[in-house]
Parts: sequence; structure tokens; C-alpha cells
Amino acid sequence: MRKIIASLLVVLLLLASLAGCGGGGGATTENIIKVGVFEPVTGENGGGGFQEVLGIRYANTIYPTVEIDGETYTIQLVEVDNKSDKTEAVTAAQRLISEGVSVVIGSYGSGVSIAAGDIFAEGKVPAVGASCTNPQVTAGNDYYFRVCFLDPFQGTVMANYAIQNGAKTAAVITQLGDDYSSGLGAFFVQAFNRLGGEGSVVSEQQFQTNQTDFKAILTNIKALNPDVIFAPSSITTAPLIIKQARELGLTCPIMGGDTWENATIIENAGADAEGIVLSTFFDEEEPATDEAASFIAGFKEYLVQNGQEDIIPAVSALGYDAYLTVLEAIRQAGSTEGTAIRDALVGVEVVGVTGAISFDEIGDADKDMAFIKTVENGKFKFLMTVSVE
Amino acid sequence: MSSTILLQHTLTGISLGGAYALIAIGYTMVYGILRLINFAHGDIFMMAGYFMIFAMASMPWFIAIPLVMILTVMLGIAVEQVAYKPLRSAPRMSIMISAIGVSYLLQNLATYLFTALPRGYPEIPYLKKILHIGDVSASLVTIITPFLTVALTFLLIALINHTKLGMAMRAVSRDYETSQLMGIKINRVISATFAIGSLLAFIGSLLYFTDRMTVFPFSGTLPGLKCFVAAVLGGIGSIPGAVVGGFILGIGETVLVAMGYSTFSDAFTFAILIVMLLFRPTGLFGEKVTDKV
Repeated sequence: MRKIIASLLVVLLLLASLAGCGGGGGATTENIIKVGVFEPVTGENGGGGFQEVLGIRYANTIYPTVEIDGETYTIQLVEVDNKSDKTEAVTAAQRLISEGVSVVIGSYGSGVSIAAGDIFAEGKVPAVGASCTNPQVTAGNDYYFRVCFLDPFQGTVMANYAIQNGAKTAAVITQLGDDYSSGLGAFFVQAFNRLGGEGSVVSEQQFQTNQTDFKAILTNIKALNPDVIFAPSSITTAPLIIKQARELGLTCPIMGGDTWENATIIENAGADAEGIVLSTFFDEEEPATDEAASFIAGFKEYLVQNGQEDIIPAVSALGYDAYLTVLEAIRQAGSTEGTAIRDALVGVEVVGVTGAISFDEIGDADKDMAFIKTVENGKFKFLMTVSVE
Repeated sequence: MSSTILLQHTLTGISLGGAYALIAIGYTMVYGILRLINFAHGDIFMMAGYFMIFAMASMPWFIAIPLVMILTVMLGIAVEQVAYKPLRSAPRMSIMISAIGVSYLLQNLATYLFTALPRGYPEIPYLKKILHIGDVSASLVTIITPFLTVALTFLLIALINHTKLGMAMRAVSRDYETSQLMGIKINRVISATFAIGSLLAFIGSLLYFTDRMTVFPFSGTLPGLKCFVAAVLGGIGSIPGAVVGGFILGIGETVLVAMGYSTFSDAFTFAILIVMLLFRPTGLFGEKVTDKV
């Protein structure tokens, strides 16, 4: 019996290693440029990270090659899983460097991007973040760029929206130790207190990673009876907070950040998701550019092929844009060298699906517009665009 | 703090404690008999959640619940047979590492099979009905949980004290080599222990997830860890201890949050573990170990 199990395990191991190679060793041409995909596919952010990977993979099927000095190079994606964990992120980043990638895309989740930033800078490999919104990702790192807007902007947008809609008091719920959640929460608190006067934020509560019970936190908030709750959180946590809040009889609007634009939230929170408000990068009903129109049609099919719902998550669109940006930078650099690509990224201008992308001196995309959405009849509904100077 | 808020917090704390207690019993029983901390217990709890989602998708609840119960028990026994039984005579450390391995295996298997996106837990009729008593609102399951926990505990204690199987379990937990000599089939007793532990994990998962609605591959990690602390707090190996430990943790956490220290609620749990191990390693109800010469 034990022998059978042992041999079975060996076979499984072999299969696993074969499967591991399957993704990598496809192309046979001489000219290959490796692009690292640094995303969480497992762990807390595995779900959203995978959707971003899908956007990148799809972009790779649309633009599989790049011209460098008149020669055609095949772009080979090297995917690593940072497991939504800051320690794993460093190891994953080191693996990408040792694989010899020229440039990296990712990651979903700001914490892991910040953790891996130094590794990329030391390895002189530029990285282009797709949806990591915390300022610290690019600040002080010459090799990190990003194609999305930032948390200070997003926090201000949401605070503005809340005030405009008559909110006088707010409660904020954030995740302890998560750079995205606590960062965005802090910027919201700043903006809301500035706009509504000191003390407008009546309660700031924190919860732990993988926590599933929010009733105590929500009971505290209910006692203070705020006009609005701001709870930037991951897509695993958000439906729990929303459902438990409604169950406890909290009826005020609940708002979140860009992560919330995800079909799983509606699926899991069901009828309780009605009326939640969030800001995001992209709206599939209103393609901003020609690239967007063709992306929306093609990517929906791709999502269905991959067994996902045919609602395009904003992070997939950003993943696609990050890939386009990297592609253009490689073309302009005319080289597979990391430093050359970095220099090209500084001045690159691309029209992607989330709008025009160019970088400021810190490496952040010049974006000043956010889409505010809500949920109505089980679907995301575009409310308005907000820009802040 | 008004009385409604106080009542709401109390309800939350007791209900959370009840769910913790059910899982903690699983830890304590296995430890009592095998001297093994079954780290995979939290993940069996998580798998029970997934089983329920798929079962409820295609059949009514009165068929789904017994079916998933059987599946979870089978999973628990299978884990024991594959990962622990071959290591029966190995050093205790090897079994513990094997347990950690099983825990990771189940988590990653769930990620692979069901993706890391959270899935909604099905609503079981009656359980999810929301009751309003004055300003306090709670679902039926929140109120049932502590009562069910206490009832199950008494049932389990009766089983251990008054049945043949229970007697065998007590014997094995004292000294399993001697009990083997006395003619007790220890493998059968150990399997029964895992079966009961998994059964309680299933009931715990039913109550816990009905109240908290989504399951993802890491759903079992934090409850698992906390229930382990609850078991240590109560005196690992002791069933009433695990139940009391579960309630203390659930209520303690809720009280901290209610006082406005949500940041420290987990720190509290693990600080208790450290303090307990330092000053009273046998826990509240644990037996004092006397060295035999």
C-alpha cells in the first residue's frame, strides 16, 4: 500500500514539474524577450491577482511579438506567484531576476509591490504596476512605474463624493498591516476631515487579515450612526463586511475602493450589495479609446473561455494597459536591457483602454479621473466621473 | 454604551465563542488521544464549507446536510489514514510536520479546485432568518450556536464517560501501548476520534459560515489558529476546557473591539496563549502531569 502511494506521489510530482515547464518552454525561435508577470494567484488576493494576469495574458495573445532593431522578438511571459505575502513577494521577485526578465508587470496589491521594489531596482529591471495604488510603490524607486491612479487621489475622490451627497459623518474600516487598505483609509480620513471639518470621521476601526467576523466592529459603528461607511478592503473581505452590516441593521451607504469593482462582490453579497459605491479605473459601457472598444469585445470572449463571468474587472483592463506600456517602451528602447527600457518608460506615451498613459517624474501615470460606480439590480452601474486637481 | 449595543455585543461574543468551542473540541480530542496537534483541523472545517456549497447547489438542504456530514467525516478519517497512521511509531515531531503538510495541501487543493475567489455560502432555510428584538437584530443561527454547542458538549461528555467507545478512548489517551495489550483496537478508536472531531468541525462550519456567508481557501486558517489557542487555554486534552476556552476567546475578542481596541483583538488571543504557556502550561482544566519514577 505504501509503495503504491509513494509511486503515485512520484508520478504526481513528475506531472507537476512537466506542467510547470509547459507554460515556459514553448517558443523555439532565437529572439526571445522575457517579461516577468509578478502577481498573486494564491493567498488573500489570489482571485483579483488572477484577473489581472488574465488581462496580461490576453494582451500577450493580441501582441505576441515586438520589433527591436528591425528584428522580431517573441515576448515570453514568465509568471511567478507572490502569494499575496510580502515575504514570498521578495523570493518571487528574486526568481524573476534570476530568470533574466527584461521588465516586470505587477503586482495586484500594493504591499507586495513595495516589498519587491528594491529587488527590482537593485537588479536594474524596471517594473510597471497595473493596479497598485499606494504612493510608496513608486516613491523613491526609479525603476517602478504604474499605470493607475493613486490612493491620495482615490481617497479624496471618495471623500468628495460622500460630502457632495450630503454625508456629514463617516466611519472608516481598514485592514491592519495592509498597505492598500490602511493607506487608502488614511487618505480618505484626511480628505473627509478637511472637507467636513475636524471630527467628521467618527470612528476608525481595524480588522485582521483573513478575519471573517465583523459584527463587533460594525456594532460599534452602528452605535455612532454615521452617514456613510468607507471600507477599502480586498474582495474576500468586502462581501462579509457588507452583508454583516446589513444584517445588523446598518442602512447607510457603504463605500469602497477600486478593488470592489469585481463581480464576486455582487455574487457573494447578493441583494445586500445594492447601493454600494466605489471608484474605479475603467467602465466597459463607455470605452474611452478605440483600443478599449476592441479590448472589450475580445476580452469578454477570453473571460468566458477561461470560465469567468463576462464582466470585465478593471484590474484586467489595467493589466492589459501595463502590457501595452511595456511593449511600447521596449520598442522605443530598441533593446532588451533593463536600464534602456527604464529610460524609455520615462518618456513613453501610450493610448490604452483606461485612457492615455504617460508618467510623471515619480513614475506615476498622469491620471486625474476616476469612475464612480454603484450596484443596481445586481449589476455595476456607472454613476459619474470625478476629477480632482 | 446603551443597553441595546451591550446586548448586541454580548450576542456576537457568545455566538462567536460557541463556534470557536466546537472547533476547539476537535483539536483537544485528537491531542488527548494521539498527543498530536492536528493542524489540518481548520482546513477540514474550510473543506466542509466548500462541500456544503456544492451539495446545496444541486439538492435540498435535508439531503445536503447529512451527505456533507458524511463527506467531512470521511475526509477526516482519510487524512488520519494517509498522513498520521503510517507515522504512528515515528517521533511526535514527524507527525506534527505531516499535519502542517496536510494543512497546506488542503489549502492549495482548494485554491486549485475552487480558485481563490470567495464563494457565497448557501442559505439554509430557517437558520438565516433575521430576528429583530427591539433595536437588536441577529440571525437565528447566532442565537442557536451557543445552545447547540453546549448541548453537543454534554452529549460528547456522556459518550466518553458512559459508552464502551468512550471508555476505550479514555484508555487509549492514558497509554495506548497498554490499552493495545488489553485488547483495544486502537486504530479503530483513533479513527472514531477523528470522525467525531470532523463531525464537530462540520457542525461548526455550518454555524460559522451560515453566519459569515463566504468561503475561501484560507477561511479555516484564522479560526483554526484561534481554536487551537482556545484548546490550550482550556487545557489541551480536556473537552470542557476547550469549550470554556472557546467562549473566553470569543467573548474576550468582542469585548476588546467593543471598547474600541479592534487593532488589538488578535494580539489578545495570542497574548493569552503566551501567558498561559508561561504560567499554567496545563491550561485551566488540564491535568497536572506528575512524573512517574
